[in-house]
Amino acid sequence: MADTAFDVIVIGTGPGGYVAAIRAAQLGLKAAVVEREHFGGICLNWGCIPTKALLRSAEVYHSMQNAAAFGLSADNVGFDLDKVVKRSRQVAKQLNGGVKGLLRKNKVTAFDGTGRLAGGGGVSVTKDGKGVAELTAPHIILATGARARTAPGLEPDGKVIWTYREAMVPDRMPDSLLVVGSGAIGIEFASFYRTFGAEVTVVEMLDRVLPVEDAEISAFARKSFEAQGIRILTSAGVEGLVADGDGVKATVRRDDGEVETLAVDRAILAIGIAGNVEDIGLEGTGVVVDRGHVVIDAFCRTGEPGVYALGDLCGPPWLAHKASHEGVVCVEKLAGVADVHPLDWSNIPGCTYCRPQVASIGMTEEAATAAGRKIKVGRFPFIGNGKAIALGEPEGMVKTIFDADTGELIGAHMIGAEVTELIQGYGIAKTLETTEKELMHTVFAHPTLSEMMHESVLDAYGRAIHF
Amino acid sequence: MPITVTMPALSPTMTEGTLARWLVKEGDTISAGDVIAEIETDKATMEVETIDDGRIGRLLIAEGTENVPVNEVIAVILEEDEDEAALASFAAAPTNGGAVPAAAAAPAVAPAAAPVAAAPAAPAAATGDRVFASPLARRMAEQANLDLAALQGSGPNGRIVKRDIEAALSAGVAVPTAAPAARAPAAPTPAEPVTADYEEIPLNAMRKTIARRLTESKQTVPHFYLSIDCTLDRLLDLRKDLNSRSDAYKISVNDFVIRAAALALKRHPDINSQWAETALLRHRRVHVAVAVALPNAGLITPVVRDADRKGLAEIAGEMKDLAGRARDGKLMPEDYQGGTFSISNLGMFGIDEFVAVINPPQAAILAVGTGKQRPVVTDGAVAVATVMTATLSADHRVFGGAEGAEFLDTFRQLIEDPLTMLL
Repeated sequence: MADTAFDVIVIGTGPGGYVAAIRAAQLGLKAAVVEREHFGGICLNWGCIPTKALLRSAEVYHSMQNAAAFGLSADNVGFDLDKVVKRSRQVAKQLNGGVKGLLRKNKVTAFDGTGRLAGGGGVSVTKDGKGVAELTAPHIILATGARARTAPGLEPDGKVIWTYREAMVPDRMPDSLLVVGSGAIGIEFASFYRTFGAEVTVVEMLDRVLPVEDAEISAFARKSFEAQGIRILTSAGVEGLVADGDGVKATVRRDDGEVETLAVDRAILAIGIAGNVEDIGLEGTGVVVDRGHVVIDAFCRTGEPGVYALGDLCGPPWLAHKASHEGVVCVEKLAGVADVHPLDWSNIPGCTYCRPQVASIGMTEEAATAAGRKIKVGRFPFIGNGKAIALGEPEGMVKTIFDADTGELIGAHMIGAEVTELIQGYGIAKTLETTEKELMHTVFAHPTLSEMMHESVLDAYGRAIHF
Repeated sequence: MPITVTMPALSPTMTEGTLARWLVKEGDTISAGDVIAEIETDKATMEVETIDDGRIGRLLIAEGTENVPVNEVIAVILEEDEDEAALASFAAAPTNGGAVPAAAAAPAVAPAAAPVAAAPAAPAAATGDRVFASPLARRMAEQANLDLAALQGSGPNGRIVKRDIEAALSAGVAVPTAAPAARAPAAPTPAEPVTADYEEIPLNAMRKTIARRLTESKQTVPHFYLSIDCTLDRLLDLRKDLNSRSDAYKISVNDFVIRAAALALKRHPDINSQWAETALLRHRRVHVAVAVALPNAGLITPVVRDADRKGLAEIAGEMKDLAGRARDGKLMPEDYQGGTFSISNLGMFGIDEFVAVINPPQAAILAVGTGKQRPVVTDGAVAVATVMTATLSADHRVFGGAEGAEFLDTFRQLIEDPLTMLL
């Protein structure tokens, strides 16, 4: 008979759940996880990672198409969609195995099945309707994640009306594609499909694309997407999606009242996500669910003693790294580790892997102003950076926002090649609470894209050298 | 190992709070879910529940202690099989039992419980040891003339970080850049038995917040004022009629005022705006804050969100709930934050008219007086009507007299012809 009593049980093994379990094991707690489908969750299997594999194919393809600009010749450049998708699945599979290995190495017991709160510190695990195990623990962490949000009239059929899931394994390259929603997920798919030649239309309800980003970056991105041939309709809503043979008919209504009917091969729904709060045994507990998300405090505690929740299940920002960090904070707190501080929400970076890439951390200029902060803003364009020119990537900018009184780095916003790798420099600066002074005194290697991060800081204080 | 109970963060932005009251004493047996203490932030009082079973081993923070940093250990719980010996590593309670807040012992010398006092005996400066602090904390301390050596850091390895400076500043610790003898002044003798003919009332967190915000408002916001008289007779008839139809709701005159103001704000978005130094922010949604008086001269302004989209019965129900919870000190931050306009109504106290201080960062507040019968001249004849005077206090940086007047005119029309509120 397998062991059924644990110190910590985690339901769900996405980037929040498996990290929480491993951290618990590191702290000497006896930990178990329950997973109904894929180790690594959506992130590894159907989200962050496989889309990065797809976008990498798109990037290489784009470079090959532009080979002549680099003095190279590549004739008859083409692609095999099945192989592109196969590579993406292979990457997911490899990492899925990696998570299993990590859990094993840390002696975390894994249960294959669906976990539900059973009351009184219990978790029941079922598989295909049959009971697998009854577990108990004083601490139970819900990390069941989320799924694509749907709305009346906007329901996926898995064939021509897709969610992210079908969009990741297309059977053929659509000639035309409608993307509903211009958040990170929608824009990444728009970028992927456009690079491989589809006629792409993006519809966004708000007045700009990537609406959580700084308005200036958002406007820059839109211009760039439109130059690539993506059609963008903002302040507009899709009122209905109807499958029509091997295509989709969509009705788009703009805020100014104009109505347009689109006929496209495929449509992707990317209008946000909804927490997986159903069928996990919340009924009759003190766990509070508000608009589809579990309500938690700064240490991931729910309204039910001994029950914790984290990650996408608890609402935006829907980011894997937020979930992982919550997992660590939650477990350290319940284990009684000294000096555990809540996750600093102003310090969570966000990245979108479209072309050009977008990355940001901290407050936008709009938000800082609205909060009544006196600010200094610095900007530096890619066109002023030697490495960017040498790479053939002159499009982009780095924007920094400082508190005018204290020199605190309030926010940083970037668009352009490789900025998703650069943003971490500002993340560390923010965590260490550097002011503009330390950033100015830091020596940035030449020639690198990171020099722009230096110049942007200098510019905020009127001292940029190269522009 | 004994379980430690720490100061909870009741909102993402909370950095410290006042330990208002212990509901348990040392030795009490507790089980998960028991309320053990009440914590007061600048706006609300909240209960702290234990998530563990056991016995209260030690209460480490005295009742009434202000500015207790989030995550500071406030109590120790012994598990079933543990005895007092397990408490050896925890300091004895500061002012145990009697629970005299440190601040009360030495009037006028506030910072007793602030991080300064918590620092170990002789902090860094004396020995010339390096003080670990983030660059931002150093700059903020320098700007505020704070002595870093006197602070205790809450960052990694005791590093002093931004939140420590903010905590020290809000605790009013203005330690001059001097020797660590800073604590000495507390000792000398305010001891002379001053027979003052006044009683000194310690400030609670709410009073401090009101003082700070309203002083800032009166000193930095250029106020101007506009008054208008509204005839209430039709509104009173309609109210009576509506209230006689159902017991499910009871609509007050103030509920009509909230709805009329919300509709008028929707039509005059200039008023539903705020000053933001480099721009005006024009709010897309209408959130009406309503001043609610609390016992002991406190005041709080819970918010009716999207008031322009709510009917009278819904507003009435929501106000009843908000006002009730406000008086019980049970409002959550989201209940009183984010208002875009305020209403203060002293009609029930018989006040004819008054002017209110703007509640920043909002641009205007409407002060509403009592409805009473007054002579009104119409077409050369004197008649009697029930009249209510409303006075708008407005931020002149955001809009001018003409815009304010147009808003008030719309408000008056809605009040005087209340059926149009239903449109």
